[in-house]
Amino acid sequence: MPMEKPPLISIKDLSKHFGEGETRVDALRNISLDIFPEQVIGLSGPSGSGKSTLLNIIGCIQEPNSGRQQLDGEVVYDGRWLRSDLRKLRLEKIGFIFQAHNLMPFLTAIDNVAIVLDLAGINAGTARQRAAELLDYLEVGNRANSYPASLSGGEAQRVAIARALANKPRIILADEPTAALDSGRAGIVMDLLRKVAVDQQAAVVVVTHDEKIYGRLDHISHLRDGVLDQAP
Amino acid sequence: MNLAYRDVRHNLGRFIVTCMGLSLLLGVVLSMIGIYRGLIADALDLVQTMDAEVWVVEKGTRGPFAESSRIPIDTREAIARIHGVNSTGAVTFQSIETQNGKSKLRLYAIGYEPGQLGGPKIITSGRGLTGRNYEAVADSRTKLRLGDHIQLGRNNFSIVGTTDNAASSGGEPAIYLSLNDAQRLQFDLSPSATRRERARGTITASSTETVSAVIAQVSENASPDHIASMIRRWKHLSAMTSDEQSNILIESVVEKARKQIGMFTGILIVVSAVIIALIIHTMTMDKIREIATLKLIGAPDRIIAGLIIQQSLAMGMIGFGLGAMFILSIKDYFPKRLVLQPMDGLGLAGVVVIICLVASLFGVYTALKVDPAKALAG
Repeated sequence: MPMEKPPLISIKDLSKHFGEGETRVDALRNISLDIFPEQVIGLSGPSGSGKSTLLNIIGCIQEPNSGRQQLDGEVVYDGRWLRSDLRKLRLEKIGFIFQAHNLMPFLTAIDNVAIVLDLAGINAGTARQRAAELLDYLEVGNRANSYPASLSGGEAQRVAIARALANKPRIILADEPTAALDSGRAGIVMDLLRKVAVDQQAAVVVVTHDEKIYGRLDHISHLRDGVLDQAP
Repeated sequence: MNLAYRDVRHNLGRFIVTCMGLSLLLGVVLSMIGIYRGLIADALDLVQTMDAEVWVVEKGTRGPFAESSRIPIDTREAIARIHGVNSTGAVTFQSIETQNGKSKLRLYAIGYEPGQLGGPKIITSGRGLTGRNYEAVADSRTKLRLGDHIQLGRNNFSIVGTTDNAASSGGEPAIYLSLNDAQRLQFDLSPSATRRERARGTITASSTETVSAVIAQVSENASPDHIASMIRRWKHLSAMTSDEQSNILIESVVEKARKQIGMFTGILIVVSAVIIALIIHTMTMDKIREIATLKLIGAPDRIIAGLIIQQSLAMGMIGFGLGAMFILSIKDYFPKRLVLQPMDGLGLAGVVVIICLVASLFGVYTALKVDPAKALAG
């Protein structure tokens, strides 16, 4: 059972607000959640409910105002950031999947994956070999030398997933990864994320409005006005 | 993985078009520098070609180029007798316009005594003047060839030789005539005018016995400054050294044109800097999402700064290279001389590198301010 292992993402009483005084907006209020390896968790809620803010905080892109955050056993926030090299932390521990795949238009599929390994200091030959294996794993190896503009939406999203997995992160954050896909392809992408979660012992957080994929999630949490109900 | 190279390779067409646009701009800057140098070279060429160390002109003038000067022709013999003077020559200068075939030709006629100082420095084809009448040696920029005939005033001259790098400060190519021919060209009137002037009693023999200047070379043991100061003591003459004559040409004759072109070149460099900065800013703004994604996936700032700076330098250097090649290939078609010196090219290349670096700093600043959360925005 995944819950027998320590959580990969652990958040306690995390709050975030924007502005002060009369203009203050509480984006997140006392959020607590634990996400374990192999779990695929969904976050949903209306626009402005704080989903993106929560994803940004888990991804160490935005700083919360209070609370405590632990990623893969390391406390990264406790009233303040405890690491100065947050970009390196993201490179090592977190994989991001975007709604609009965000592949580099000037890099081929294989280079889009290899760049993450390149940034991590892995030599070019090994990086390309690992990228090719990942593309094969995600069944887009035949498009390795194609540029993103010539890939279909589903192929581009799989390349983006391969890029997110390149450094074998144990935390994968996906922002509406199926929004641009039809239900068939959305199902394939969710199955892939499930496979990755199991194979890599990773925790996957998916922000989604897509009710078609709710059945493929271990848990779906709803955010409303910065408050999380049914935390996993 | 060199992201700058990959981006350029993927958008090669757009990059080349941008470089070509920039190359035209930098080519114009380079040509302005060439025109500036050409103006100074044209102004000094004649002084250098004459090989004179001392210029003797009319008292109270800074002739013969900055002001008109007339001195008696026998001044040459008086100067030649000064101790320390090696050789002398009497010269006249006159701008003329004539017809060469169907086109107009502006010339700078230089009269000198064959065998004395003042003739062409080198003969590139044919021979020099020997003293026969109605012969001329023309600068190659006149496009006149050996054996050509050209009408100057009332007489027809035969081209017996050609020379190089002889032009007035205004860029008019020179044509060398014997002193007698040059004086006739300067002073001979049409027959009807001659009859009228004779009836008025105003034609005197002495009017054709003046020259614009007398030039002299001094012996190794003598100083041009000393000889010039000696001549200045004569009440009716003024004298200057070759350096002083060069200074007069640069500071008086071509001063305004030189400043004008210099200022215009400066403005062009500023315009180039602004355009390069705008191009780099636009290139950066076009990649905002990619930059945000790079930051999100963990790329350090040096990778992002490198992407912008390398592209900026590549664009500047390729633009400069293409611009230089373009101007070098067409420089001979300019109506006035373009003098492109290696140091000017290197200097402009250095300025382009500095402009690109400074301009890319704005791009880097913009890029480093990009919020990685932008990559997550739909």
